[in-house]
Amino acid sequence: MSMRAPASDLPLMFENVSLQAGATIILNSLSLTIAPGAPTLIVGPNGSGKTSLLRLCMGLATPTSGRISWGGRSDPAPTRRAFVFQRPVMLRRTAAANVSYALAQAGAPRSGRARRAADLLTRVGLADLASRPARLLSGGEQQRLALARALARDPEILLLDEPTANLDPAATRAVEEIVLSAAQSGIKIVMASHDLGQVRRLAGEVVFLARGALCERAATADFLDHPATSEARAFLRGDLVI
Amino acid sequence: MTSRRSFVALAILLGIVSSGTPSSAQERSIVVASTTSTQDSGLFGYLLPIFKAKSGIDVKVIAQGTGQALDTARRGDADVVFVHAKPQEEKFVAEGFGVKRFDVMYNDFVLVGPKSDPAGVKGKDIATALKTIESKGAPFVSRGDRSGTHAAELALWIVAGIDIGSAKGAWYREIGQGMGAALNTASAMNAYVLADRGTWISFKNRGDLDIVVEGDRRLFNQYGVMLVNPERHPSVKKEAGQVFVDWLVSAEGQAAIASYKIEGQQLFFPNAEKKGS
Amino acid sequence: MPDHLNALQLILSGDPTLVAIVRLSLGVSLAAVLLAAAIGMPLGALLALTRFPGRSVLVVLLNAMMGLPPVVVGLALYLLLSRSGPLGEFGILFTPTAMVVAQTVLILPIIAALTRQTIEDLWTEYRDELSAMNVGAVGRMTTLLWDARFSLLTALLAGFGRAAAEVGAVMIVGGNIDGFTRTMTTTVALETSKGNLPLAMGLGAILIVIVLAINAAAWGTRAWSQRLTG
Repeated sequence: MSMRAPASDLPLMFENVSLQAGATIILNSLSLTIAPGAPTLIVGPNGSGKTSLLRLCMGLATPTSGRISWGGRSDPAPTRRAFVFQRPVMLRRTAAANVSYALAQAGAPRSGRARRAADLLTRVGLADLASRPARLLSGGEQQRLALARALARDPEILLLDEPTANLDPAATRAVEEIVLSAAQSGIKIVMASHDLGQVRRLAGEVVFLARGALCERAATADFLDHPATSEARAFLRGDLVI
Repeated sequence: MTSRRSFVALAILLGIVSSGTPSSAQERSIVVASTTSTQDSGLFGYLLPIFKAKSGIDVKVIAQGTGQALDTARRGDADVVFVHAKPQEEKFVAEGFGVKRFDVMYNDFVLVGPKSDPAGVKGKDIATALKTIESKGAPFVSRGDRSGTHAAELALWIVAGIDIGSAKGAWYREIGQGMGAALNTASAMNAYVLADRGTWISFKNRGDLDIVVEGDRRLFNQYGVMLVNPERHPSVKKEAGQVFVDWLVSAEGQAAIASYKIEGQQLFFPNAEKKGS
Repeated sequence: MPDHLNALQLILSGDPTLVAIVRLSLGVSLAAVLLAAAIGMPLGALLALTRFPGRSVLVVLLNAMMGLPPVVVGLALYLLLSRSGPLGEFGILFTPTAMVVAQTVLILPIIAALTRQTIEDLWTEYRDELSAMNVGAVGRMTTLLWDARFSLLTALLAGFGRAAAEVGAVMIVGGNIDGFTRTMTTTVALETSKGNLPLAMGLGAILIVIVLAINAAAWGTRAWSQRLTG
């Protein structure tokens, strides 16, 4: 797209990044490089800092200390990144208008928007619901619409914060299929999840967080079958990791 | 988004234009500052259509107390003043705000009070009546609004030998409102009130009120009209304004005033000086 | 208006004087609402989305101005618009335009304050999503105003209600001129002062019915469009 910044946002680098809210340490001196390739799954118990990590990746939050860079630049506008929230906010308009809105914000020319919106809705399986008010869609449909909106931004990196946490298995499968096809089209997926089945189905690699710290990073199969840390072993056993 | 915004802008524009249209068409219209009595009595409602048919001039009446009407004219917000407090009007002309004052018509004031007349003031002598009201402390409603009627009332207290400034107590209720409101108040409290006969005749909510004193020559109520001085306020529409003033004192205007009647009663009596005299 | 008729007869006979009064009342109030919305909504949204020193003072001031006494507004405008006042050369005192200005001043704080509250609430919900879509400042304002449209309709109706019911300010700056600046409310005041209480009461009832009908129509439109667009 002509509006797109020519430079790449990848690799996305965290150097000793800490995030504090008041006296609470949310992320503690985290260093991490996210490179192009297979999906990166951010895994860890609730409260381990997954959402905060994703928000930092997007640029929605600023670190208390440390440095984040996107393709070597420290503050690029989020034109090459898109975010799908756990509970996406549906604009008070039709499904098609939600996608058109995202296209407009991404700088898509007015003339092609309606057609592109229709394509995107087809891609997420919502073509039949294009003229339905977005707020009246089911949870799974809303999440797919949020994915269509994110894809409308033609992102290089797609960040997803537990998008299937509130969905039933069928809806979860629909979302996962869209995410996988996005990954196959070359979009870098960075997704938080605490569903180990989902991790197995999607991930190329796992970043495991516990108590705001990066505990372990490994290829998915290695992580699931031979966890290196006691925290990861406890998490995989289903123990409460405090 | 753009189409929506331009629609809103258009709607706003239309709203302003449509509300502004009347003012752009006011080439032949004048503003007359007048009194509540001339409006509340229905005189203007009767007179103005006749004048409009004759001259084509729209007369817009702002009905205020005489004092306020003169102030409106002093500020240049009216073209003609048509009020009833001769000393104030003469002062207005002397200060250079009015061109020339003409007598137009008169009616008279009446003292209105409860039919049972609890203070026992019924009769033809207004001075005695007011003295009695004051000494018995009977409820009395005063306009208290610097209107012509208020000025007349204050003058009558002096005639009665009462310094109302020091004599007033709980019985003397200044309401600071127009003639109709004063009558409504008196009707509600069964109080005495000085009213112009025109408003009284056309007043609907009389309750237990009736005229208790009338016919005293000191109750005479003279109306005068004057053009606001265009040298003071260049915005004054002097030609159309003068046409209205001239018509009021003309034989035709005087006849029209005389012909306004409610239930067979004449409300105002024309007494303009004959032209040239 | 013929005094011998009662209000019901006036409505049923479609008395032209009454129709003109109703039209003027609605026209002036609607124009004022549109003007106040055009100014007040962006203003309220701006106040909701910006942070600067003294902002809370401004918010309190705006909220307090919702209770501006109409008579005071009327008097202040009278002094401004009078031929002897600073804006006298425009000659709009005692015209419907002056009444539109007065009502606009009265309802602008209502619309701006309610807009600010609505937009601020919606912003807490939308902040992350709009930031993630990289929406700029102007885009945020227009998006929030549009998405809050059903709530803002209530703000407009509140403004319209106050404008249509107001008598003090329009009486002073309009002058209650027969056939020119006489509105429903000033007619009620006038008929009351003429002691014509049944007619005044009847006119008051008409006014209430009209305001009710407009609110019902707005509510219906809202429900209908909400079904269509969410």
